Amino acid sequence: MTAQTRVLAAWQRGRAVALVPALSIAVALLIGAMIMILSSPLVSGEFNPTLPVTAYQAMLSGAFGSFDGVVRTLVNATPLVLAGLAVGIGFKAGLFNIGAQGQFLIGALTAAAAGLALNEASPFVAIPLALLAGMLGGLLWGFVPGALKAYTGAHEVVVTIMLNYVALAVLSWAISGPLRGQNVTFARTDDLVAASLPIFLGRDGHIGLLIAAVSVPLASWLLYRSTIGFEIRTTGANPDAARYAGMHPRNLIIFTMSLCGLLAGLAGASQLLGEVGYMTASFSTTVGFDAIAVALLGRAHPVGILFGALLFGAMQAGSGNMQILAGLPVQMVGVLQATILLVLTAEVVIRRIFRVQASGPELVELASVSASYGGKGTG
Amino acid sequence: MDALFDIPIIGLVVQFAVYLFDQFPIVAPIIAAAAVPIVLGALCGFMNERSGVVNIGIEGMMLLAAFTAWWTASLSAQLIPTGPGPLGITPALLIGLACGIGAACLASLLHAWLSISVRADQIISGTIINIFAFGITGYLNLLISQQAPPAAGQFSKFLLPGSITQLPVVGFLVKSFVSVGPIAMTMLIGVIVLQVLLFRSRWGLRTRAVGEHPRAAETVGIDVVRLRYRNVILGGVFAGLAGAYLTIEFGNAFQSGMTNGRGFIALAALIFGRWTPIGAFGAAFLFAASVGLERSIRIAPPTGSLGELLTAVPGQFYGALPYLITIVVLAGVVGRSIPPKAVGLPYEREKTGG
Repeated sequence: MTAQTRVLAAWQRGRAVALVPALSIAVALLIGAMIMILSSPLVSGEFNPTLPVTAYQAMLSGAFGSFDGVVRTLVNATPLVLAGLAVGIGFKAGLFNIGAQGQFLIGALTAAAAGLALNEASPFVAIPLALLAGMLGGLLWGFVPGALKAYTGAHEVVVTIMLNYVALAVLSWAISGPLRGQNVTFARTDDLVAASLPIFLGRDGHIGLLIAAVSVPLASWLLYRSTIGFEIRTTGANPDAARYAGMHPRNLIIFTMSLCGLLAGLAGASQLLGEVGYMTASFSTTVGFDAIAVALLGRAHPVGILFGALLFGAMQAGSGNMQILAGLPVQMVGVLQATILLVLTAEVVIRRIFRVQASGPELVELASVSASYGGKGTG
Repeated sequence: MDALFDIPIIGLVVQFAVYLFDQFPIVAPIIAAAAVPIVLGALCGFMNERSGVVNIGIEGMMLLAAFTAWWTASLSAQLIPTGPGPLGITPALLIGLACGIGAACLASLLHAWLSISVRADQIISGTIINIFAFGITGYLNLLISQQAPPAAGQFSKFLLPGSITQLPVVGFLVKSFVSVGPIAMTMLIGVIVLQVLLFRSRWGLRTRAVGEHPRAAETVGIDVVRLRYRNVILGGVFAGLAGAYLTIEFGNAFQSGMTNGRGFIALAALIFGRWTPIGAFGAAFLFAASVGLERSIRIAPPTGSLGELLTAVPGQFYGALPYLITIVVLAGVVGRSIPPKAVGLPYEREKTGG
């Protein structure tokens, strides 16, 4: 195969995979524009058909118009990449990890606890240990639903939803009790000093960026080049076939959920140590849910998740500018993200409108996630 | 009595029972008020899941309804200002209620379309509804609150004559269940009617058939797709009532994200109640009682060794208790809860002539 044909093949493959998400984003932005126009009387008192143009321009320039804006986009994308992988790898194993939010919070909390304990230590000790603590906390929060699913059949969706709220309760207890700071006016911890991640890029580009950047090829390798990744994907596609082939679906479920928890916990730790610097009850409460959207948008593929996270990160980075220049509340970003997801889920409609052929079996494994909700149901 | 209190463990249990009995009249209205939206949300989930459709979007549907009911009631109160009738009913509130239910039904229609016709993953569909509802209500609420619209008021409780409510024990029960607002009353009726219909009517039999074994249901001539559509959309009515309860009966204002996990507790109550209306009703009251207990311990802590024990438990524990119980029940550690068999599976009609 010559270099040229290889590039051509890669292009065609990429086009086949990315076409529907790209079209979905475009359609969603159009729907978002309609919502903006319809709500424009509430924004400025009169109908303003050019509001979407102003808003999208402001968003673009806020996210990519300056060096700081680009760094902001990358920083916003960091937890989304890690938590997105935590959802996406679960999808590959046929598991729906709605619990990324809880794992993220527990990861941040355990990282905060470790960081506070090591506040006097050297950063070379404190940073790795705090990150490790975050990973372990998340791992625990992923292991529990994995083990329950493997040994009792309790569906991971319900268990992880419940654990999200348990995590909120644990967080609220910890920061108003044992971890509450000395001289603080509301329930929060003291500032983390030694364990805070160093900035290496621009105003706030912390080294969590590098962790996220490394995790994408690592996850790709794990899923597509390693034995365990093959077993994960086989279990996701057909657990019975996996069992006949001598694999152990139970262990794989526990391993995958633990790994997902670990990644989401790392996302929480990196967000806490690199971005916020102290723990509060209102700590990044939507990352885990945005991560679901990112994983779906990225078709559960690590590279896709990277792009999805960058898109969402950019939208968040540009939202401040959009609020200032167009007068639209930052919540518009949430509306746009949900619309993208909605259009993507109704991809049948998109395919029909734009006459696109189905690109292959990528989504089949996603479509089977809720099938196990009722136990081993048959149609 | 004190001698009884001093026995280890059993003494604590006795103390606890006495404490609960003492506190019950004070906490019961709080529990009942907290349980109403959970029961209604669980009825929404019941309608969906019994006919084979997973619904984790109850939270979002409730939020949409809460916002829509509050906003439309406020708008129509400005257009048609009238004094409240019996039960605090005004035309504006009725319009709000209708619009709230309508919004939840629209979201249900979307859920039905995605999960039945598009055959997308039902959990993803529910997730989308949650994210979308959170985003759009937060967005519109922020825009609207800049103009500070006047509240439309709220439904009030049905007041019984004092001679009845003052009766010992009976009077108290009557007060808790009958002396409530119109939406809470609908909830009580809904639970009883659905429970009877599920096990005693043609609709109930068909719904259970479609939820357990849709292929078999179709072979005896039941239109699986149509029944699922109908049940999912009807389920929206209950989510709509649950949301409207928050903004035009229990309170009269909307805050961003105000459902605050109630939709998920409703899901938990449905599971804990083994997918029956009465069971979900009991579970919702149990979960609400956990919240009521936390409040009562905070305000009027029990004395003696029990007080020391209960105040040593962090208050957050009581809030997390419903979720922990649900995990335990789902895992089958204590009395397993088994979902309808076909729930979560998209249905494809049998090919004809093939």
